[in-house]
Amino acid sequence: MTLPLFFFYVFSAVAIASAAMVVASRNPVHAVMFLILAFFNAAGLFMLAGAEFLALILIVVYVGAVAVLFLFVVMMLDVDFASLRSGMLQYAPIGVVVGIVLLLELLLVAGSFVVSPEAAGSSALPISEGMDNTRALGTVLYTRYVFLFQGAGAVLLVAMIGAIVLTLRHKPNVKRQDAIKQVARRPSETMQVVKVKSGQGL
Amino acid sequence: MDSINSALDYLLGIPILGLGVQVGFIYKALLLLVALLIFTAFILLADRKIWAAVQIRRGPNVVGPFGLLQSFADLLKFALKEAVIPAGSDKVLFILAPLITATLALGGWAVVPVNDGWAMADINVGILYILGLSSLGVYGVIIGGWASNSKYPFLGSLRSAAQMVSYEVSIGLVIITVLLCVGSLNLNDIIRAQYEMGLAHMIGLPQLTFLNWFWLPLFPMFVVFYISSLAETNRPPFDLVEGESELVAGFMTEYSSTPYMLFMLGEYISILLMCAMATILFLGGWTAPIDLPPFTWIPGFIWFFLKLSMMFFMIAMAKAIVPRYRYDQLMRIGWKVFLPISLICVIIVAFVLQLTGWGWHGGTA
Amino acid sequence: MRASQLVNTLIMREFAKSFWLTMKYFFAPKPTINYPFEKGQVSPRFRGEHALRRYPNGEERCIACKLCEAVCPAQAITIEAGPRQNDGTRRTVRYDLDMVKCIYCGFCQEACPVDAIVEGPNFEFATETREELYFSKEKLLANGDRWEREIAANLSADAPYR
Repeated sequence: MTLPLFFFYVFSAVAIASAAMVVASRNPVHAVMFLILAFFNAAGLFMLAGAEFLALILIVVYVGAVAVLFLFVVMMLDVDFASLRSGMLQYAPIGVVVGIVLLLELLLVAGSFVVSPEAAGSSALPISEGMDNTRALGTVLYTRYVFLFQGAGAVLLVAMIGAIVLTLRHKPNVKRQDAIKQVARRPSETMQVVKVKSGQGL
Repeated sequence: MDSINSALDYLLGIPILGLGVQVGFIYKALLLLVALLIFTAFILLADRKIWAAVQIRRGPNVVGPFGLLQSFADLLKFALKEAVIPAGSDKVLFILAPLITATLALGGWAVVPVNDGWAMADINVGILYILGLSSLGVYGVIIGGWASNSKYPFLGSLRSAAQMVSYEVSIGLVIITVLLCVGSLNLNDIIRAQYEMGLAHMIGLPQLTFLNWFWLPLFPMFVVFYISSLAETNRPPFDLVEGESELVAGFMTEYSSTPYMLFMLGEYISILLMCAMATILFLGGWTAPIDLPPFTWIPGFIWFFLKLSMMFFMIAMAKAIVPRYRYDQLMRIGWKVFLPISLICVIIVAFVLQLTGWGWHGGTA
Repeated sequence: MRASQLVNTLIMREFAKSFWLTMKYFFAPKPTINYPFEKGQVSPRFRGEHALRRYPNGEERCIACKLCEAVCPAQAITIEAGPRQNDGTRRTVRYDLDMVKCIYCGFCQEACPVDAIVEGPNFEFATETREELYFSKEKLLANGDRWEREIAANLSADAPYR
């Protein structure tokens, strides 16, 4: 058994086990922790496949940012486990159907490699020799798929603007702090020194 | 068996296995670890001394000459104290949190090139690796705060989650500007690019290497990186995570003894990692500031640590100069000031590079 | 927003100015007293650790008048009086001073007609247990023997103002 194979089995086993624990663990915070572990092992699998850029982007984006927000939300929630458990059977059939569809799709993909082994070698965009995968990804994304890529970006932008529009409120009577204005204030503009003779007042 | 043998050979470098006598990876890693820990001990002392000096105090000066052994005395004290684990805490995560912090901080150093070709692992995506590990640093804080099952640590960890994620964005964009100029994610390439091209070459004085370094052409980015790295490592003026005036000690409130020490260690090592990143990205890494004999006699790793110490001095001075930010002001700076500035800089740099054809073309790939 | 403000913000003028200021203090001489190795000036009227004094011939001054016990606002002093065995003069059998209760007001030394109980210049008598802070007569007399030189000097320095 070669070392990469050994690590492949370690990463996959831990990934599957932690994915199972995401569903099975009683504490939602623990579930998110296991999700992070699953992400990590997926990154390890990417690394083994030679896609180090994807692996690290997975860690930076999913583990470093998205999962942090998951954790953030889950920690703030006051989840009642009993009520969560009670709804489980109700949603189980839909879950099973989705699971079976996914499993069938996976089987189809894996089966095609078994039926015709030459399919494994024929990728749509073979990476030329002497090109690291960061550069290869960039080249593909910004030439062949540039419109799809920009379109995806535009969709995300619209989603972000939508979220902002839904939540942003300007209340007319609320005083807001403007740091730039505050810093710009000068003593000469905002106050005056008056010499007052004693006994006379202003 | 061959692959296992060669792996063992790579790790241990034992000549008996008959595949070469290179110094084993483990020995190199141990050397780096020990050097780093000792350096951190003195950096910790330097931090306290600098802060004291600005406040016209003396700082620790009793243990050893000028208090040089203070950190080691503290280490002994922390190691010998009893580790208190709160009864209501999530015990596994409570112990795991400081381990995560310390491990991630140390792990980042694996790719840092201390000298020409001295990096533990000279990988192609080195800068992404460091960025990834530093973005994971938030987990130690969040888990520690949550597992303590106490109000102040929890508030501290919530603050840190938002803070560190926000400033990661601007750090990422700053790194992108440098990467645009270099065209490689390899840390060694970034340093080499700063040596082989730049302002000094343009004005015809290639010996003045310090003009080559990216701090000059990308000065606004350097400033943004400096301030963001303060926020990313929870240093004052952005230490709201452990702001003692409102949160006791933030996420570290319930920690004591060795777990606390691991938190401190992880924090300082990740500060050093940020300094190392600034050194690599903007200050030319291990290259000498002037490429002439008296300067080139000094080995590269000494230059590296000198620059590192200079960056740390700036970070320590920021603690002494600037009062702590309010939380919403911190968020304002992160999202409303740094994000637009760095985004605009990315666009400007990309345009300038595209129009003038500047940039480094000597990459490995 | 003025142009000057924009420029000042961009070159981080305030940070540079404060950096310069802090650097000046960085190299300024440190006024801190390096405490365990050098100590600050202590006034002759300083009210530190208590001591029972003796006359130069070795006779203890205290005559067990119990004025200090009466005046003590914290009720830290407990005295039992009785005739001494060899000459039958009135002396203290017991003179206990609870240093945990004591508030260092100095009333005891003001009340004392014979300058027996005094508060000396010593302030470094921290102990590891509470029990060590319950001073007995022997301890107070030993303090007096130990600090007599400093106490006498302080009393004579302060005498013109009384």
